[in-house]
Amino acid sequence: MTTTLFDKVWNAHVAGRRSDGRDLVYMDRHVLHELHGPHAFARLAATGRTLRRPDLTFGVLDHALATTPGRDEFTNPAGAPFTSAMRAASGKHGFRLFDVHDAEQGIGHVVAPELGLVLPGTTYACPDSHACTVGAVGAIAFACGTTELEHVLATQVMALRKPLQMNVILEGTLAPGIGAKDVILDVIRRLGIDGARGFAVEFSGPVVDALSIEARLTLCNMTIEMGARTGFVAPDEKTFAWLAGRRYAPRGADWDAAVLRWRSVHSDDGATFDRTVVVDCSALDHMITWGTNPAHTIAVSGLVPDPQASPVEQRPGMQRALTYMGLTPGMPIEDLPIDRVFIGSCTNARIEDLEVAATLARGRTVAPNVRAIVVPGSSAVKREAEARGLDAIFRAAGFEWHESGCSMCAGANGDLAATGQRCVATSNRNFENRQGPGVRTHLASPAVAAAAALTGRITDPRRILAEV
Amino acid sequence: MEPFVRLTGVAAPLLMDDINTDQVSPATTAFEPDYAALLFSRWRVEPDFVLNRKQFQSARILVAGKNFGCGSSRESAVWALAAFGIRCVVARSFGDMFRDNVLKNGLLPVALDDATAEEFEREAVAADGRATFTVNLETQSIAAPSGWVFHFPIGPADRNALLRGLDDIGLTLEHGKEIERWEERTRSTAPWAQSLPA
Repeated sequence: MTTTLFDKVWNAHVAGRRSDGRDLVYMDRHVLHELHGPHAFARLAATGRTLRRPDLTFGVLDHALATTPGRDEFTNPAGAPFTSAMRAASGKHGFRLFDVHDAEQGIGHVVAPELGLVLPGTTYACPDSHACTVGAVGAIAFACGTTELEHVLATQVMALRKPLQMNVILEGTLAPGIGAKDVILDVIRRLGIDGARGFAVEFSGPVVDALSIEARLTLCNMTIEMGARTGFVAPDEKTFAWLAGRRYAPRGADWDAAVLRWRSVHSDDGATFDRTVVVDCSALDHMITWGTNPAHTIAVSGLVPDPQASPVEQRPGMQRALTYMGLTPGMPIEDLPIDRVFIGSCTNARIEDLEVAATLARGRTVAPNVRAIVVPGSSAVKREAEARGLDAIFRAAGFEWHESGCSMCAGANGDLAATGQRCVATSNRNFENRQGPGVRTHLASPAVAAAAALTGRITDPRRILAEV
Repeated sequence: MEPFVRLTGVAAPLLMDDINTDQVSPATTAFEPDYAALLFSRWRVEPDFVLNRKQFQSARILVAGKNFGCGSSRESAVWALAAFGIRCVVARSFGDMFRDNVLKNGLLPVALDDATAEEFEREAVAADGRATFTVNLETQSIAAPSGWVFHFPIGPADRNALLRGLDDIGLTLEHGKEIERWEERTRSTAPWAQSLPA
């Protein structure tokens, strides 16, 4: 009997089945943020229910916090009620909140793996669609809304129907400088933004094997952008080494027993999937989005597509996107002038991402008229970057160096661009108005974003690195 | 949760594909926003946006294209629809989490196959808010003003939960003993999963 990774984890976590046919899937860890937590706690109180497992529940402050240097919870006044509601809930129910000045503060999807709160073969709940990020260590993450969040608080399970399963096999070898962001943008381009809807997605193949854990976090982060609620990578020796010694990872004999168990957390040879997609990544170039959803992706060296040359059902959406983005079909995307650069978010704000951007920024200067900000994914990433001197490189080049948070990805803390501005962002959503009314967002890797900051135009980073 | 059995109202056509929840309820810094005002607030600055037209200001049904509600899992998208007065969304398909959120709030998501959707969209456009549609969950049908009756599929469990207005958390809490037993078992097979380092 061959079994997929997903089946193994799912089956091991089904605590019961409801009369409506939904499986009660146990959530090993639950991380919630201040934007949605307060409403769920208020409803929990209104119905007289309690938090079932405060010891498995953690709170983060990421969406509504200001990220300007030296910030506190009042720097963004609109965010203060969210913060105080989380503190009150933490005090009342006894769960750990990583508060604004805590060493562990940061974006939930960055902090959870970094602290060993997600582990191979475990389940993870989070009221945020990018929960799938943490699948990179072989965990199965389930994002949810506020009512489902309340459900997990009260019961520690989610009532779910089992999704279909897809295997995305990434073949070949990445060219130098090409990274996980380019890979996932290309996969979304191929599958479409609803191409994986209804599926749990396992990423595998030689490209995935070769990626670092941080790069796998980037890869899994955007699974939701093709419609799938969860995406993951089988854990390997790299995963175990990366998790060893982390704050909430098992220790001593528990660790040894856990690793032994984790070695079976993979899809068996010959396990069947409802759909298998093979993508050869060998010829992959630097990618960037041109439009208003993440499937609107082309190579940095490519041309803005022509709706008339596309399937008829896609034309209205493409035309709308072209108008919103102020682009014309057939024009090169490279050399397009930009106003803003955002290096940050749960997609691309870990230390490896900042290293890539700093390599380009070192000894160079942000173009006049461009405002570029670097927002570390967690306070731990920020400390590590400062220990390595990356902050000094960024500052010297004219980048702003911020505190950790979601910032310009979610736009919920007031970090927005101005109407009509064009922004190259390392985040995950280029939706209309996401970074502010009328703001034009181009998603790309940290390398492409840094290159754009330096030239003031969409630029192939190899052009910068080739300069002497 | 308020049961959903029958609904009569105007159907507002917003015939675009891939409308994400960032459009349905844009990010806001307000702790308790005016959800009705939040609904499509970035698009409603356009005077001719469908929900700004007089006959659609009391719309109860929204008609959209494929993949409606993709993107963010924010439940405010459903709260905004509900606050505006929408209790049924008809589309060619839905984002997974949005659909779950819709059901948990007692709204009805109706997914129609392409051929049926095309007919239905035509009816909604022709009615132009001057006549009402009647949705009947018991018979799984929507009667258009022209007399045309559309049938729609929905899983029996979702249908039952809506018809009876079932409390989702209450349903699960009936299984409390099983959840306890699962925890008990896991404490012996993988103690680290149930107990974190201090």
